[in-house]
Amino acid sequence: MNNKVKKFVPQLITLLAIILVFGFFTYNAQINMDNRGIEFGYGFLKQESSFDVQFSLIEYDGSHSYARAYFVGLLNTLLVSFIGIILSTVIGVIVGIARLSPNFLIKNTAAFYVEFFRNIPLLLQIFFWYFAALRALPLPQDAEAWFGSTYMTIKGYYVPLFVWNNLDVFLYSILAAIISILIIRSYAKKIQENEGKQLPVLYISLGLLLLLPLLSFAIGGVNLEIKTPVLKQLSATGFIFEPALSLPPELIALVLALSLYTATFIAECVRAGIQGVSKGQKEAAASIGLTPRQVLKLVIMPQALRIIIPPTTNQYLNLTKNSSLAAAIAYPDLVLVFAGTALMQTGRAIEIVSITMLTYLSISLAISALMNWYNKKIAIKEK
Amino acid sequence: MNKLNFLKPDKNNLYVYVYTGSALLFISIFDVFLSSFFNINVTSYFPGPVSLLLPLIIGLFGLHLIRIEFSGLKYLDLLNKNINTSNFNGALTLLIIFAIIMATPPSLSWFIFDANIAGDTKEACTGSGACWTYIKVWLRRFMYGMYPNELQWRINVSFILLIALAFVGYFAGQKLKKFLTLYYVIIYPIIAYILIYYLISGGSFGLEWVETGAWGGLSLTFIVSFFCLIFCFPIGMLLALGRRSNLPTIKYFSVGFIEFWRGVPLITVLFMSSVMFPMFLPEDFFMDKLVRVIIAISLFEAAYVAEVIRGGLQALPRGQYDAAKSLGMGYWKMHIFVILPQALKLVIPGIANTFLALVKDTPLIFVVGLMEIAGMLGLAKTNPKWLGFAMEGYVFAAIIFWIICYAMSKYSYNLELKYKTER
Repeated sequence: MNNKVKKFVPQLITLLAIILVFGFFTYNAQINMDNRGIEFGYGFLKQESSFDVQFSLIEYDGSHSYARAYFVGLLNTLLVSFIGIILSTVIGVIVGIARLSPNFLIKNTAAFYVEFFRNIPLLLQIFFWYFAALRALPLPQDAEAWFGSTYMTIKGYYVPLFVWNNLDVFLYSILAAIISILIIRSYAKKIQENEGKQLPVLYISLGLLLLLPLLSFAIGGVNLEIKTPVLKQLSATGFIFEPALSLPPELIALVLALSLYTATFIAECVRAGIQGVSKGQKEAAASIGLTPRQVLKLVIMPQALRIIIPPTTNQYLNLTKNSSLAAAIAYPDLVLVFAGTALMQTGRAIEIVSITMLTYLSISLAISALMNWYNKKIAIKEK
Repeated sequence: MNKLNFLKPDKNNLYVYVYTGSALLFISIFDVFLSSFFNINVTSYFPGPVSLLLPLIIGLFGLHLIRIEFSGLKYLDLLNKNINTSNFNGALTLLIIFAIIMATPPSLSWFIFDANIAGDTKEACTGSGACWTYIKVWLRRFMYGMYPNELQWRINVSFILLIALAFVGYFAGQKLKKFLTLYYVIIYPIIAYILIYYLISGGSFGLEWVETGAWGGLSLTFIVSFFCLIFCFPIGMLLALGRRSNLPTIKYFSVGFIEFWRGVPLITVLFMSSVMFPMFLPEDFFMDKLVRVIIAISLFEAAYVAEVIRGGLQALPRGQYDAAKSLGMGYWKMHIFVILPQALKLVIPGIANTFLALVKDTPLIFVVGLMEIAGMLGLAKTNPKWLGFAMEGYVFAAIIFWIICYAMSKYSYNLELKYKTER
């Protein structure tokens, strides 16, 4: 009896407290909204937004709805996160391995990089790239070509425009290549487990990835036209490059800062993972006659990845969340477009902030669910 | 004399190889040195790419020649083992050395030789390097924000007092040692609050009132991080205990709370505190923006602290719980005297990382209009009298933050070593 009360009372108190706080908030919100004459509801999403966004992946202008503005912001956020994740992984893995190098200079350069970029607030780094470094770039009319036909200017990075014909066929061919690679991989794994033979999976995969898209060019009627940027005068002092794909400086600053910053954390994950595989594993693998490459591929990496991947995914998640700092340099991401401009216009604080938070929350929860599933899959299965 | 085979250095002609290799290495580094420090390009009559790659090729060949295993020369062996194990390694070594040599003159001239610090106006900056005059003129603003100049002693005094009080623990006698936790967790924050409320904010005892909107700069960064650190730790600890509780309501509330805050970016939390939170309060109820921001950041970081502490709790063996229970300890007694001291010791690095993240997150408060150092930089940068010095400002702020964060991480590392007990 006594025990039951002991368990019941704290729970009741917590529950009551939660209900009271929420009730108090809802009550106040009701009154405040009545006073301002706004109704709670998500109907405003269908209204015309009548504001413009500088950089958008899908077609968008002021006549589209708020819901479409939301998608513009979301896509921009995902774009930054995607590029950032790829770049930070590349840098992070290289630096992480470099930190374990026997070469004194390489090791210390990598350590310097990590200590330097990790201890400066990300916001300052973004500001530095955007307001200080990228502002030092030349104007379009003074820019020199990089790699032949791309131009890095103060107005952004101009790269040649790709004009596709039958883009969908090309994408299907890539999809087909990926699917067949996955099938071959699982087949190769089976063969290796049953017979101990190793198929050259990497070369087959690369070949497929090259061959199928090439076939789509030859047979599928895919056509690619590359238009190189040419300087064009708009007014007496205004120049731009056309026709070209222009990456705005906000995007470049954001991607640079995010990936350089996150890469330091990924480098630490990679280092910890490789160090976490005990030396005996390496020696045992070498003693049964595996080549150094096989040792790395079949013994070290599978074990190291088990340690590396969970914290690295966490860093990817952090990168995605940190991309919201875009609002500080006016890159039109979800926070700026939706929680900034749209909120300012409609005044619907509760609805918009809740949608924004829910979006980030669902991205996070989805990725952590995926992570848990993966962790379970690769966990050592003890018999 | 044996025939020299330049592609396969060996021990027989050790000195020939070592001298030739060293000479080649020296030539390559000297070439880069000349072109970087004195702008003399010795190889300019070669075509572009060759001239660019020549030092690398010469240096690589030099490194190849001195790569002799077990030469018997102590320093040569050391060199080979460390920076010259293979051609690839040697190339990377050379590239790093070249990069350092090439980066030295421009950065030195920007930071020191071509920089200006004299004068009080933009016109005083005539050099091509940094304009430290800008930092000098704006220093008070970067440190204290819009806080009136003649009142800034109040911030200084309260910070000095707070630092002095924080060190009380070192001088406490043996008898008072057991009250230290109480002091740091409850009394110290109250003193800090009183100091900041009465001294920095003012409004009573004849001190002029300064509204929080005028606070800013680095001192605001310190105030915000300080209070958030103090608040987020106990909240995080309770959440961690809640998440491991066997009472379902408390457990699921803690889980939901933690996952919610961990799932959203801080910037949206700050937006929430500034635009959405006032909607939830009674109309005539006013809560200062700074207070709202501190609450928001504390709750946000508490979720991260909770997860870190949970890790420590999970790492403790069950035996500790069982032993404490068998002594007849209740829930709170068991946790305060047995479980938490051990768990917290385990998670010192994690906690330190969270606190570091918190300090690095404080510049974000500028999105809700509080002018801490990043905000002040933005303001200074757009001042018409001082246009064009963004670089100096951000470099300055970056150096300050770097020192703070690096010191914190080194301190946490020492703490970790100090409390490391064999288990």
